[in-house]
Amino acid sequence: MNSPGYALAKDNDGKPFWKFIAGELKPKGKFLTPFNIISVPVMIAGLIIIVIRFWKGLGEVTNLTQEVPWGLWIGFDVVTGVAFAGGAYVLTFMVYILNMKQYHSLVRVTVLNGFLAYVFYAGALLLDLGRPWNVINPIIGNSFGTSSVLFLVAWHFLLYMMAQLLEFSPAIAEWLGARRARKILSGMTVGAVIFGITLSTLHQSGLGALYLMAKDKIHPLWYSEFIPVMFFVSSIFAGLSMVIFEGSISHRVFFDQISEENHKKQKNIVRGLSKICAVAMFAYFTLQVLVFIHGKRWEYLDTSMGYWYLLEMIGFVLLPMTLFFTSYRKNNITLIRVAAIITMLGIIMNRLNVTVIGFRWDQAIRYVPTWMELVVTLTVIFTEIWIFRWVINRMPVLRDSPSWVKDEE
Amino acid sequence: MDLNRRTFFRVLGATGIAAATGQRLAAAPPGGSLTEFSGILYDSTLCAGCQNCEVTCAEANGLPAPTATMEAGVTRNTDEAHRTVVNTFTTSKGEAFCKKQCMHCNEPACTAACLTQAMYKTKEGPVIWRGEKCMGCRYCMVSCPFDIPKFEYHSANPKIEKCTMCYEKMIDGKKPACVENCPAGALVAGSRRELIKEARKRIAANPDQYVDYIYGEHEAGGTGSLYLSGVPFDEIGLKTSIQTKSYPELSKGFLYSVPTIFVLWPALLLGLKEATKNNNSNSEDHE
Ligand code: SF4
Ligand code: SF4
Repeated sequence: MNSPGYALAKDNDGKPFWKFIAGELKPKGKFLTPFNIISVPVMIAGLIIIVIRFWKGLGEVTNLTQEVPWGLWIGFDVVTGVAFAGGAYVLTFMVYILNMKQYHSLVRVTVLNGFLAYVFYAGALLLDLGRPWNVINPIIGNSFGTSSVLFLVAWHFLLYMMAQLLEFSPAIAEWLGARRARKILSGMTVGAVIFGITLSTLHQSGLGALYLMAKDKIHPLWYSEFIPVMFFVSSIFAGLSMVIFEGSISHRVFFDQISEENHKKQKNIVRGLSKICAVAMFAYFTLQVLVFIHGKRWEYLDTSMGYWYLLEMIGFVLLPMTLFFTSYRKNNITLIRVAAIITMLGIIMNRLNVTVIGFRWDQAIRYVPTWMELVVTLTVIFTEIWIFRWVINRMPVLRDSPSWVKDEE
Repeated sequence: MDLNRRTFFRVLGATGIAAATGQRLAAAPPGGSLTEFSGILYDSTLCAGCQNCEVTCAEANGLPAPTATMEAGVTRNTDEAHRTVVNTFTTSKGEAFCKKQCMHCNEPACTAACLTQAMYKTKEGPVIWRGEKCMGCRYCMVSCPFDIPKFEYHSANPKIEKCTMCYEKMIDGKKPACVENCPAGALVAGSRRELIKEARKRIAANPDQYVDYIYGEHEAGGTGSLYLSGVPFDEIGLKTSIQTKSYPELSKGFLYSVPTIFVLWPALLLGLKEATKNNNSNSEDHE
């Protein structure tokens, strides 16, 4: 690290490396924003609950039972969170594999978002482990449970995080002013992308495959041998809706970071994404209908779970799909954003229906998360946003790369 | 496109099997069936409902002595302090009992689920839990169709509790505690094959007394715990919706396709990348 170290010192106004880092660690901007006022107390409460959880056991803070061993932390944090993080593999696929260069400006922020989502949401898995000190076992190889879908998913999380870090690393190098490192790292992007898409295909569907053995426990309207395919296809529009939603917020909050040119492009980009969402949702909906008919599930429709199912399929798949189509036609960005939000709600519904609501739906006493489980979930989300904001304010993610990058290319 | 992908999955499954050799999907005994799986036959018609098995099980496994007595209409469940329970049922033929514990499946869902091999199908047949490997993810609980593994939710060092067929005693050549101490002779231990033979014999000798079915012979791909009953099995609280295929079978297709995707996807992606290389100038979106 000798020569990049030298380059660092030079590129950051001659400040020594550690001083530069120390300076960057300090918070920037106003502290008493509404977001901070809400998130800080929640995060403190969350930390306390986490301490209690490790001190006294999971039962102390969660409502998990012997029949419902996986609750909100797995069903929402991990399973739903990872679906939303799917935008990263879809976008890198479009930009690096299909060469749809017009989406390039979105890649960094999406990959960053994806990476942090994996670190935090998949990290939430650790909170849920009863014996977390043994988490190393399936990794160091003294006891590979290779027949386990969870083994596969865990490994893929780990590898995919590395792939995403690699994809994002040029931004870090630009922030640090490390020219040589940047060159080497960006040379590895395509490799990381290909590896990352492969991993994503497998673990997005793998999250669904986790529940394949719970055949007798999940409501038949949500259980089929096709869960893995459903989870995969829906992760496409889940991820892209997240990109649209997150973009509409970033463009307001981090307004000053985004160049004039990218602001203008934004509209076309969102439009393009909405079309892709609509197509993916159409495929997904068709698949759902086929599975429904194939499984002869009519008898379940006229029950309360049946109405809930219809609401999900019509209100949160068919409706936003139509909205995506029409607003693409009419070039209505606001409507696209509305569609994205409805889609995201639908994804939350769907994932929770498989993992929590439809899981042991026949039990007399149903699992309902405690407020403490909710607070911890919020803590996970808020921490992610904090880190996200920290990075955005420092590294060239939304803003353009420093000028020396152009010179070198 | 998506249905194609599914068929794709299937077709690849075949190639996947070759690629995945060495991967033991179901915990069949390593090195073929050198040892026969052991099991326990429980004859509900002989059971006196004395709950002695509950008491000796707790003693043998260092668990608190059970205090609850059974009651018709109340189904007690095994939990983190009770590896086995006996319930009473009011059936078409009057009162009948049923003992509940791990089924020791031939191809257990729990061991297929476990990512650390903490849940382990021994070559002798019992399914045991090995604490030094377990990370407490509870995926075994999600997967077990009989809801057997139980978790200590109120402990900072939680264990998974379930019947182990007294595996340690078994290696010493002894019988499981419950079998040893059943005063009514309702429990018999032995090799699974022989127990099935014995069960058939009993049914044949007393066709009026028994339902002509051995619960566990085919359930979930066959289980080590076998049941005989005088009344239909759902009347004594046994799940009759259990499929006869083993449960790990359900995720096999997915797992088999993994190595193949791992080989094919990158190649496909690279090909696509080459094919679209000259699209740079074309800024219209097209998927
Ligand atoms: S009954 Fe459940 S815990 Fe017992 S071996 Fe079968 S799958 Fe495992
Ligand atoms: S809780 Fe333990 S025994 Fe059960 S699947 Fe997880 S690691 Fe295996």
